[in-house]
Amino acid sequence: MKRNRRTTADIIFDICNITLLLLITLIILYPLYFTLIASFSDPYSVSRGEVILWIKNFTVEPYTNIFINEDIWIGYANSIINTSLVTIYALATTIPCGYVLARRGVFGKKVLMTYFVITMYISGGMIPSYLLIKQLGLIDTRWALIIPAGFSVYNMIITRTFFMSTLSEELYDAAKIDGCNEIDTFFRIALPLSKAIIAVIALYVSVAHWNDYFSSLLYISSKRLFPLQYVLRNILIMNQQMENIITSSMKAELVESMRHRALMAEGMKYSTIFISSLPLLIIYPFVQKYFIKGVMIGALKG
Amino acid sequence: MKGSSSKKQLTTQSYPVPRKGTFVKIFRKNYQFYLLILPAVLFTFIFSYIPMYGAQIAFRDFNPGLGYLGSEWVWFKHFLRFFREPTFWRLIKNTVTLNLYLHIFTTSLELIFALMLNEVYNKHFKKTVQMITYMPHFISTVAMCGMILLFLHRETGVINLIGINLFGTEGYNFIADPHWFKSIYVISLAWQNLGWGSIIFVAALSGVSQEIVEAATIDGVNRFQKIWYVDLPTILPTLIILVVLQMGSLLSGGFDAILLLQNSLNLESSEVLATFVYKLGITNAQFSYSTAIGLFNSVINVIFLIIVNKAADRLTDTSLW
Repeated sequence: MKRNRRTTADIIFDICNITLLLLITLIILYPLYFTLIASFSDPYSVSRGEVILWIKNFTVEPYTNIFINEDIWIGYANSIINTSLVTIYALATTIPCGYVLARRGVFGKKVLMTYFVITMYISGGMIPSYLLIKQLGLIDTRWALIIPAGFSVYNMIITRTFFMSTLSEELYDAAKIDGCNEIDTFFRIALPLSKAIIAVIALYVSVAHWNDYFSSLLYISSKRLFPLQYVLRNILIMNQQMENIITSSMKAELVESMRHRALMAEGMKYSTIFISSLPLLIIYPFVQKYFIKGVMIGALKG
Repeated sequence: MKGSSSKKQLTTQSYPVPRKGTFVKIFRKNYQFYLLILPAVLFTFIFSYIPMYGAQIAFRDFNPGLGYLGSEWVWFKHFLRFFREPTFWRLIKNTVTLNLYLHIFTTSLELIFALMLNEVYNKHFKKTVQMITYMPHFISTVAMCGMILLFLHRETGVINLIGINLFGTEGYNFIADPHWFKSIYVISLAWQNLGWGSIIFVAALSGVSQEIVEAATIDGVNRFQKIWYVDLPTILPTLIILVVLQMGSLLSGGFDAILLLQNSLNLESSEVLATFVYKLGITNAQFSYSTAIGLFNSVINVIFLIIVNKAADRLTDTSLW
């Protein structure tokens, strides 16, 4: 049917469309691909522009340099610990809250909903939050990164929409007739049926937390507590800025001798980026559908 | 037992006016719900409402030794100081232009990308394109900014090398030039979010009625006409909600990447309200002054959100509330 109706104009349109999409995809893929091949190439070849499409002078030296860099592994361990704790904590606060606000006949539901939604638009700001953490005595502890990061109203609303659209009132009535009280109903009936939303929220929270560097910039000053992103920032951003200032203010011959060291450090940066992004890029294809599900549920409610 | 509890429910439902003992009844009927929601309520109180209360230091000369209420009340001193700041207009200008540039550029690209994807009939091709374009979303902001700095490096960055080797241009230190900062920032965020941001439009496009498309095809519309007259009106509400939300954060947002890409040489165009507050408040410990700026920022945001939402409601019948 469709094929018969395709006109020449349609075919030209499709060809242009697909070519453009291919081009966009390649442009988006290339920076990631380049980082990968540059990390396995000799830093000198990279710096001369010989690495464009494929690895040149294969080396694993940048990776062996990373393996002996203690900071990265401490960062890795910290990020894994913090992210797991935050995820559990976020699920424990978000899922029951979304469930209750999805139920019919909860007294005061409107007030509670307003109470939460207000905080999406109004906040005390960065400094009062910082002072609060300080007063709670959490500065420079792991808990400063974990405790304030658990609950998010946005995730709660997604959860609520999920419960409203998947679990029916008849189900709750049936549970009641079978002698379940509300807490039983939540743990025995609702929770086992909500694996999808648990996965969505867990992934949202853990990816956001894994990739967050700013809270550690605010609250952490001991090296042993730095999460991976903070370590990354020190390696990738701070060094680079130093170099910018050096090269724009120093004499040419001095720059040249420093260039050698800078180049070796440069080679390590590509592999650091790759190593740090690896966990998410590995799990990504498997969990992609849950993420998209989350966006879809979120979009349902605008 | 069961009979009496259902009768209880009936009485509370048929008498909406509170009677003696009703509150005890309501509490008894609901306390298990309240127990389930308690952690979230407490969390929000501590980490959202207490900082709102703490924001009063914007009107005081905050001294940590004296506490919130003990510090002297100075009315709008800090706000007035901010308005007289020599960099005030530059800060506002940078914040607004950076956000406008970002939102207009990325949202229109996401929209076009979603419309293009919607025209693809080969499922495998579509899936592959989506899979690859979502990938950058999972790269952390720090890693992305690290990549930008590496690629743009004056001598060893791939972008300069392509210029040097192919076109014989001189290496250029893009990130140190204030004129380039905004474009670098916007293009990199567009790279990161193009695929991901388009999901919402692709989802909305799946709501396009096939009957209308069929009818339009029989009437002989071409593909561009179909996109313009059928697809776009369908996703207009989604687009409007997005735009309203974006306008509501015109003076904030996107701060992580800006702070990372900032250096003393591009500060002229990269300093925005949020980075300014961060430096004043955290680095220099000027708590009251920086809180005042933050408060100013959020008040403007809320006012903007309300105005834009009203306008969208009037013009298109689409509203957040």
